[in-house]
Amino acid sequence: MQALVIAAHGSHLNPDASDPTYAHADTVRETGAFDEVREAFWKEEPHFREVIRTLESEEVFVVPLFISEGYFTEQVIPRELRLEAWDPEKWDSDGTSATEVTLEVGDADKTVHYCGPVGTHDAMTDVIVGRAERVTGESDVGEGFGLAVVGHGTERNENSAKAIEYHTERIRDRDRFDEVKALFMDEQPEVDDVTDYFESDDVVVVPLFVADGYHTQEDIPEDMGLTEDFRLGWDVPTEVDGHRIWYAGAVGTEELMADVVLERAADAGAELGNAAEVVRDGAAVEMTTRADREPTTSEPGD
Amino acid sequence: MVDVANVVAAADDEGVLEFDGLRLESPENGENKGYVLETPSSEPATLEPDALRDTLESVYRFVTNWHYWQERVGGEGTARRAFLRWCERAPVAGREHAPGSDASEPLSVPDRDDALRDGIDREWGQLCITARYLDVDRPDGERVYDLWHVDDAGTDVSDLEVYDDPRDAREIATTDDDGRYRPLKTAPTLPSGWAFTGLSGDELVDAVDFFYPATVANWHRERLGDLDVDHWLETARRQTGIYDVIDELPRDAVEWMAEACCVDSQCLRRREWQYADDDELAVDGGEGAFPCREPCSLVVAAARKWAILESESERTYELELTTSEFNQLAELIDAVAEGRTDEIREADVNDGANRYRARYLRAKRFDGDELEARARSEDDR
Repeated sequence: MQALVIAAHGSHLNPDASDPTYAHADTVRETGAFDEVREAFWKEEPHFREVIRTLESEEVFVVPLFISEGYFTEQVIPRELRLEAWDPEKWDSDGTSATEVTLEVGDADKTVHYCGPVGTHDAMTDVIVGRAERVTGESDVGEGFGLAVVGHGTERNENSAKAIEYHTERIRDRDRFDEVKALFMDEQPEVDDVTDYFESDDVVVVPLFVADGYHTQEDIPEDMGLTEDFRLGWDVPTEVDGHRIWYAGAVGTEELMADVVLERAADAGAELGNAAEVVRDGAAVEMTTRADREPTTSEPGD
Repeated sequence: MVDVANVVAAADDEGVLEFDGLRLESPENGENKGYVLETPSSEPATLEPDALRDTLESVYRFVTNWHYWQERVGGEGTARRAFLRWCERAPVAGREHAPGSDASEPLSVPDRDDALRDGIDREWGQLCITARYLDVDRPDGERVYDLWHVDDAGTDVSDLEVYDDPRDAREIATTDDDGRYRPLKTAPTLPSGWAFTGLSGDELVDAVDFFYPATVANWHRERLGDLDVDHWLETARRQTGIYDVIDELPRDAVEWMAEACCVDSQCLRRREWQYADDDELAVDGGEGAFPCREPCSLVVAAARKWAILESESERTYELELTTSEFNQLAELIDAVAEGRTDEIREADVNDGANRYRARYLRAKRFDGDELEARARSEDDR
């Protein structure tokens, strides 16, 4: 038997924080690729600490629903899962290249394949582009458009910016959008000045965040000048300084994220049959039948 | 219908089949001339295959019981199986630890056979679980499970919102009856008004796991005597980042914290963790069916706040209050701590925590947005 655990942050204050985790877990459940699928959280239940014992499978694939390698993927999750002999060096990563390490756990007779975060997987590039397609309603969006990939960024962890830059570079190499730039909340170049960095009239802004919350639904829209007050909402697109800003909201809510979760597990040796294909086809169908452009507002998270 | 040939084939495979009082020994196992069949109500009888078949028909409920547990549920040694056995009061390995639990003897196969026709009820936190036969008129051992809120035990199912997908439990458990987010799944604030009916055993366990994550797994470990409890100091010391400070929380404060957060009125898990392995907290851990094996993330987050607050030194304040106003402060704190502010009637000015009473006190005793008081300097102490 094989099990999948999707490890996410969750929230004590905001009930919506776990929605993407549940949604992607359900998508994977419906493929039947795993005997068991569990959501696990740092701030909700089941906690990382107690999830492994709820499984009957001997092989467990843990995929962190986090954007970058850093504090949570290197310290918190391995410690709370009781991954024995864990050392970040075992990922042998340059900051975006962690794939998998196979370890035992301290509280159960199981083998855990601890995967790199979804945010740094190559398949994530497609999710960002897919997000741009969704928000513009154009399946071939690119020509005449600029694309901003937005990250949290933090001086404390250089890997945070690396993940954003990695996908920015990969999308730029595709020659699909006129311009592709990485922007940040907490470091230069800042998302506040988005219009300074683009010549294109139309700019799609995709935040590389796992869930919608305080940053993606309050901070960034206000800082970019989409709205005076997040509670009033904003139009997509919104005219700012002569540019049309197509703001996409957190990429983590995109259906195709479930495919990235599966790719991570497959890279770690999970036997998935055609599950990834089923998920990709499902996301494509969903994409053409839904024209959802209205952002949702949410309460500040923690 | 369960074909009795299945149980005979299983006995042939195993040599001797023993389950819940049914014992069937195959002739291939020893020197018997036929099959040896025994139940708690019948002496061992040696039977030829034809006679065996007829006799098994007469103890059919033992056969269907075997079929359900061994062929349908399986999972020998798993928490899932133990929990489903517990649901119908079948014998379960290990022992019950909850002080408030029903310590009555497990039911025999015939007793369960009778009881499953009407349904056997169990409580798990605020959940009520009924195990019953799917087909009451011609039971073939197949069980289904119903799940609802204990407060709805007397409510007709037609008055409840009925669900059949265990994943719906996540949505139900997200908010309380007032629509407030429930970050602690085992808080005694599960909303009522819903029911899951006709769940399979696997679906029941999934639903219970969504309502009260990991409680079945930890209950099972506790029964078997291998619950791995992490006491306060162990949990506090392994924290990093912004929670690194919580191991500085004084021992008294840990006691107050457990009294504030971890009692039955606030959480249905039974606290088994102590201050340290050889240092028990005085406050009662509660009577819940399922154990709490270490401080949860909410306790850790709150402990950070208290660790920071407890680093302040105490001071002496001088302020003017009448005796009734002094007592009113206690009433206000108590009303908030007990969560009863919503119950205080609008015009009940006899209650010190009444809103008008609080507003009056604020109007009288506040200077700006602070209580008017003079702090004595450290030198005065």
